[in-house]
Amino acid sequence: MHIKFKSHIHIMAKLISLKKGLDINISGSAPVGTPANVCPATCAVVPDDFKGIVPKMDVKEGDTVLVGTPLFHDKQFYDIKVVSPVAGTVKAIVRGERRKLERILIEPSQTPDECINLDAKCSSDPVKAQRLLLDSGIWAMIRQRPYGIVPRPGGLARDIFITAFDSAPLAPDHEAMLADSLPMIESAVKFLQPLTSGHIYIGVRPGSRIEAVKGAEVIAFEGPHPAGNAGVQICNVKPVNKGEQVWTLDLPTAVRLGGLVTTGKLSYDTIVAVTGCKIKQPKYIKTKIGADMASVVAGNIDGDEHIRLIAGNVLTGIPVGIDHFLRYPYSQVTAIPEGDDRTDFLGWASLSTEKMSVNHSFPGHFLKRPFCPDARINGGRRAMIMSGVYEKVLPMDIMPEYLIKACLAKNLDRMEQLGIYEIIPEDIALCEYVDPSKLELQKILQDGIDYIYNELS
Amino acid sequence: MKSLRKYLDRIKPNFEPGGKLQSFHSVFDGFETFLFTPSTTSRSGVNIHDSLDSKRMMIIVVIALIPCLLFGMYNTGYQHWLAIGASEFPFWQLMLYGFCKVFWRIVVAYAVGLGIEFCVAQWRKEEIQEGFLVSGILIPLICPIETPLWMIAVATAFSVIFVKEVFGGTGYNIFNVALVTRAFLFFAYPSHMSGDGVFVPLKGTLGIGDGTAVDGFSGATPLGQVATNVGNTLHLTNVVGEPLTYWDMFLGLIPGSFGETSTLCILIGAAILLLTGIASWRIILSVFAGGFLMGLVAHTFATPSYPASMLTAAEQLTLGGFAFAAVFMATDPVTAARTNTGKYIYGFLVGVIAILIRTYNNGYPEGAMLAVLLMNAFAPLIDYCVVQSNMRRRMRRLNAKA
Repeated sequence: MHIKFKSHIHIMAKLISLKKGLDINISGSAPVGTPANVCPATCAVVPDDFKGIVPKMDVKEGDTVLVGTPLFHDKQFYDIKVVSPVAGTVKAIVRGERRKLERILIEPSQTPDECINLDAKCSSDPVKAQRLLLDSGIWAMIRQRPYGIVPRPGGLARDIFITAFDSAPLAPDHEAMLADSLPMIESAVKFLQPLTSGHIYIGVRPGSRIEAVKGAEVIAFEGPHPAGNAGVQICNVKPVNKGEQVWTLDLPTAVRLGGLVTTGKLSYDTIVAVTGCKIKQPKYIKTKIGADMASVVAGNIDGDEHIRLIAGNVLTGIPVGIDHFLRYPYSQVTAIPEGDDRTDFLGWASLSTEKMSVNHSFPGHFLKRPFCPDARINGGRRAMIMSGVYEKVLPMDIMPEYLIKACLAKNLDRMEQLGIYEIIPEDIALCEYVDPSKLELQKILQDGIDYIYNELS
Repeated sequence: MKSLRKYLDRIKPNFEPGGKLQSFHSVFDGFETFLFTPSTTSRSGVNIHDSLDSKRMMIIVVIALIPCLLFGMYNTGYQHWLAIGASEFPFWQLMLYGFCKVFWRIVVAYAVGLGIEFCVAQWRKEEIQEGFLVSGILIPLICPIETPLWMIAVATAFSVIFVKEVFGGTGYNIFNVALVTRAFLFFAYPSHMSGDGVFVPLKGTLGIGDGTAVDGFSGATPLGQVATNVGNTLHLTNVVGEPLTYWDMFLGLIPGSFGETSTLCILIGAAILLLTGIASWRIILSVFAGGFLMGLVAHTFATPSYPASMLTAAEQLTLGGFAFAAVFMATDPVTAARTNTGKYIYGFLVGVIAILIRTYNNGYPEGAMLAVLLMNAFAPLIDYCVVQSNMRRRMRRLNAKA
């Protein structure tokens, strides 16, 4: 008994406890269970989801594609490819204003998914490892800090961070849903090893089954959202400095890579949590990346009009219509009321328990029950009046207010000095949520990142 | 409510560009958003927002000021009744008397301030900002009750235009608007801002409280008495010459600016602000800490040449505008330090300087106003240093690597 206890201590992950942050309590979480299979009617790949890529088309309408057939590549780095998640036919290439590529629609074939042939072996040669990642399209699913873009091929990463849990509101429990994935994670880690000159870190929740993985350092993060964000984890383990590159991938991507390496088969199946207070029956489903919303939420939406369907979570997800698609990197759909049909008499004076707030002047704050918030901004846009609000929900050594002001002023030196290389919009999503001045912080930060990226590269 | 909403929707086109009343668009918009929270939904970034907005923030501050306002009415009546030698103090008559005295001052402050805000918002084609909701109630609270209405109007106008609007409106001002109003009055009309005759009204109003001041009446505030004190002991008295107890000072039954005499009511306000998280506990705590420490130091080296040094530290905190400044003035988030570390430094210095001026500068019996204004000017510098330390930490990390 004693020895067992000791050995448990030995393999226990390092624990980092984060105090700042906020868990928003929204109703409609999906209970863990066997996911139902949902075959999408159409799949879409949206180039905007792969930041840093300037798309050049590789297919045209009517082409037949397999799982892993390149759909487009980057204009500058030809090797970066975004591939088809399903086997089927390219139904349409949708372009917007000034012929901007908006999405590529693929109609899946009825036959079982056939994937392209890849030489999926582990290799200690970083060039070969990189080649497999690029050819399989998994490369485009990895993100690089700074900028939160698809990494530029060629160099090695300082470190690689695998985030094994998602702490966002109603987020899917990846670990529970990918229960038998430990061997996959191990092979993914083994595969990624030659691509970094430093460590591979895996961020988990305390008590996770991922306790020790050969070749990786497992770190447990305790605390509210955004503890699961890669940026927060990096900042609390080893912050990104100017000139360094750290790669981040989430658990589904790591498992996908592990699956490819172990079985030699490429699969873009994904498990999606269908959540939110306007979903009749929150659940997990198994479908393809980029599946159409109509298939994903078929018959499961409570009401017809004034619903906001979000591809992703309520904080960073993208509001889409029922005629749109799942978006990468989210494996979540959330439905909440839009709220544009509601009038709120003297809303600022309300003592209603339905109002969700971190502020103690709302009685609802003290009730420990889930809310059903709508998409209204609950106020008017103002200058930054309150101070110290953002800091409370950002567990990073960054002064958000000053960074935002540097972004607004387009002051490159200041942005650098205040840590723009360490942060991406998802990290300050909570700041935007709590902001009584209702500023578009994520947009301001993204514009700042785009600006510094374009100026310095 | 539905019919009101319908009515607003019906008259709304008149205020849109091209409508008959388009030059009142901002005013209409202000009233509309005041009555009905707009149903605008988020277009980018987060899909949900916290329910707190700046309207609610400002209203909470106004609510926190209500105990001071009510007590101010009572105390105004009480001081008047004392002065005319009454032996009974009928509660409702006292309140009514105080209400009549303060009502028009509040109306003038709001009318002038909001009037300017409405015009500027319309001119800039912006939404009306709520900042003046708080300033408008603060101004009557921090002025002597006998301040002439026209002075309040002039000072408010000056302050709103030159301290707030020229800097860009709410959220951009460097100095606290209400305090600059007070400072403007203090320097422009000194005879109406201090002395025996301004803090205690002697005339009756609407037939209530008619009478004449008793012999030996003196309307000087405790701090005013301290400033002119001679000798090795302090003799603090009320308006009819009876000695003051610490309890009187704490409750606020002393002459002083309308709303800032009662430390008890200020503490109730502080509790409201702190429980709702609207004011920074860091600032309030450190202002009191700084004041207490400076009070202790001054009292330790008490000397008759600086009579205020004979006040104990606890008395320093309860007298004058110190507590009011700590809770409602220093905590103004726009003009205070914005970084957490900065707030401690800022607050502490406000406390120290307030007592320093009060004690060692015989020209000003009260230093809280000047201390807050001075630290308003220094707040950006304090923040600058705190932000620099964050930048240096990042720079060191980079250099350590290289």
